[in-house]
Amino acid sequence: MEKTIKRYFPIFLGPTFAAFIIGFIVPFLMGIYLSFCDFRTVIDAKPNGIDNYIRAFQDTDFVHAFGFTALFTVVTLVLINVIAFAVAMVLTREIKGTNLFRTVFFMPNLIGGIVLGYVWQLIFNGILARYDLALKISAKYGFWGLVVVICWQQIGYMMIIYIAGLQSIPGDLNEAAEIDGANGWQRLWNVTIPNMMPSITICTFLTLTNGFKLFDQNLSLTAGEPMKQTEMLALNIFNTFYGRVGYQGVGQAKAVLFFILVVGLGLIQLKMTRSKEVQQ
Amino acid sequence: MSKSKKILALALSAAMALSLLAGCGGEKAPSGSNANGGGSTSGAPAGNDGTSGAAGSVYYLNFKPEQDGDWQELAKLYTQETGVEVKVQTAASGQYETTLMSEIAKTDAPTLFQVNGPVGLANWKDYCYDLSGSKIAGELSSDDFALMDGSAMSGIAYVIETYGIIVNTKLLGEAGYSLDDIKSFADLKKVAEDITARKDELGFSAFTSAGMDGSSDWRFKTHLANLPIYFEYEADGIGDTDAIKGTYLDNYRAMWDLYINNCTCAPTLLSAKTGDDSVAEFVTEQAVFYQNGTWAYGDVADVGEENLGMLPIYIGVGDEANQGLCTGTENYWCVNKNAKPEDIQATLDFMYWCVTSETGLEYMCSGDHMGFVVPFKGNLESSNLLVNIANDYVANGTTSVKWCFPTMPSEEWKNVLGSALTAYAADQTDANWETVRAAFVDNWAAEKSK
Repeated sequence: MEKTIKRYFPIFLGPTFAAFIIGFIVPFLMGIYLSFCDFRTVIDAKPNGIDNYIRAFQDTDFVHAFGFTALFTVVTLVLINVIAFAVAMVLTREIKGTNLFRTVFFMPNLIGGIVLGYVWQLIFNGILARYDLALKISAKYGFWGLVVVICWQQIGYMMIIYIAGLQSIPGDLNEAAEIDGANGWQRLWNVTIPNMMPSITICTFLTLTNGFKLFDQNLSLTAGEPMKQTEMLALNIFNTFYGRVGYQGVGQAKAVLFFILVVGLGLIQLKMTRSKEVQQ
Repeated sequence: MSKSKKILALALSAAMALSLLAGCGGEKAPSGSNANGGGSTSGAPAGNDGTSGAAGSVYYLNFKPEQDGDWQELAKLYTQETGVEVKVQTAASGQYETTLMSEIAKTDAPTLFQVNGPVGLANWKDYCYDLSGSKIAGELSSDDFALMDGSAMSGIAYVIETYGIIVNTKLLGEAGYSLDDIKSFADLKKVAEDITARKDELGFSAFTSAGMDGSSDWRFKTHLANLPIYFEYEADGIGDTDAIKGTYLDNYRAMWDLYINNCTCAPTLLSAKTGDDSVAEFVTEQAVFYQNGTWAYGDVADVGEENLGMLPIYIGVGDEANQGLCTGTENYWCVNKNAKPEDIQATLDFMYWCVTSETGLEYMCSGDHMGFVVPFKGNLESSNLLVNIANDYVANGTTSVKWCFPTMPSEEWKNVLGSALTAYAADQTDANWETVRAAFVDNWAAEKSK
């Protein structure tokens, strides 16, 4: 059997590997090269050194987008994880209809981002119109609108991960703590959460990177209005690349910076939460 | 594992690998089959005979979503007649540059695309085939309709359009006015504000919502903004500038105030209103005035021919008595220089056919189809009512307002202006208008210098 695997592994790995190279590695390397070029389309690039990076940093909208994205990520990271954890705790108790509730909470995650953005835009504008307001007239509305949409979408997903985590904690740990006289909070802080650290690592990683990479919902819900004040990093990059003549290289440079940022933050976060994980 | 099973497994994985790549190769099929369909003997090198046989193919990236269906039909008819494959793809509204940018980098790039004027051409001039001396260039009714890059003819306008304020004359009559009562900005303001004052009694508003959603905001950040630019150019005797002064911005503001404070909804709601909302309000008789152009005839025809009129956009500048509608073009055809020679030839033939053949002209000019006024010798009498109204204005000796917006510095400039207008509509303070002024004047210089 092992010999067969050794002999035929290219057949099974090959297609996926080829797809990975064509769909990821090649565009990625091309992208890095293009960020040092002046170009209109990807086939007519002329190298121009670090000019693009200088222009990217000079762009005040990019800097603003970074601040906005960072704030958004912090807020959604906290909200999503706290609420998802709480919901997971509730739905692992023995209540009637747990499975139904789990399904309902998970469902928003099955809808694509663009659709979600437009649907919520209608909902928000429908409500705000009663007070003669609209979503796009203030960055405040845009910000909280985005927070609501993302929470609504992602809480269910994180909840599933937390439920899996909760169910894997051996019941005797809590039982022992209870016998030792620990109350509910003490058990939560000292037994449940430490044992949940692997799940928390995954969920914070996902919410952190999702927050930074958010694009679809931003595009469809606010499109950066008013006056680019709700424009997040990914949308800013897209608008730079496609919306402005002669800025394709700058957009590409921003994308490379963005990649470094997300990878860097992701690694730091993984290191921080991993160190708190306990072995059962 | 028997040998046949191994072969089966191998075939399956090969099929899997192929299906991954199928997406990339699929589009090549038509041109291949087309070469055979042309009846040329196999073995002979194609495209050497110089005649416009079925050797090449055409790929047109269309800008106007409202005419997509007509172009598809026209392409089919051309293929039936000549055997040349014509593929028409239409970019979504507001996504043309984005689509073109990704399409043109492909192996099967568009052979025919369009730019919106000198500013658009700056981005694409390296891709434009020099059309001077081509057959279609000879068909132009005036050389003014060619887009020149130095001595090279990079683009050819294919449609002339006109916009103004479309009026529901029936409702205007119910309010106690007629088109003749409106000859200046002051008149328009008086009528609009009177209608607003009696809005509940009349049951309709003066203007349709000046929606600032992406589907509608170009009517104000581009088309309405054309007027202060036009009058400034006229006053200074220029056709383009690196630094706009904003001489008539106060008039622009007065007009924008009139639009947003006399429309069907509260000005704070405009950011969410779409182009469809405006159309719906106009055809369901909720408003009298609707700023748009000849291309929108299909949308508003339901109001009834006898109830439609058009007014110039008066902003209270210049000789208002002789001001006409805004007429011009921002649609220039360009041929992709990097396409295969036989494809370029096929494209040139297709363009020529569109503007000279009976079928082509029928599709381009008839009100049942695209309803264009084309700047070519073969232009037909239009059955588009709005076009005819526009012609009447010219016949009556009014001076048409030129389209100066192709000289706007960039899409970015328009977008920033649009956002500033939206913010001002929601909160009409001087401070917010200052943002609009900065977006108009300061950003013009900034964007032009880039």
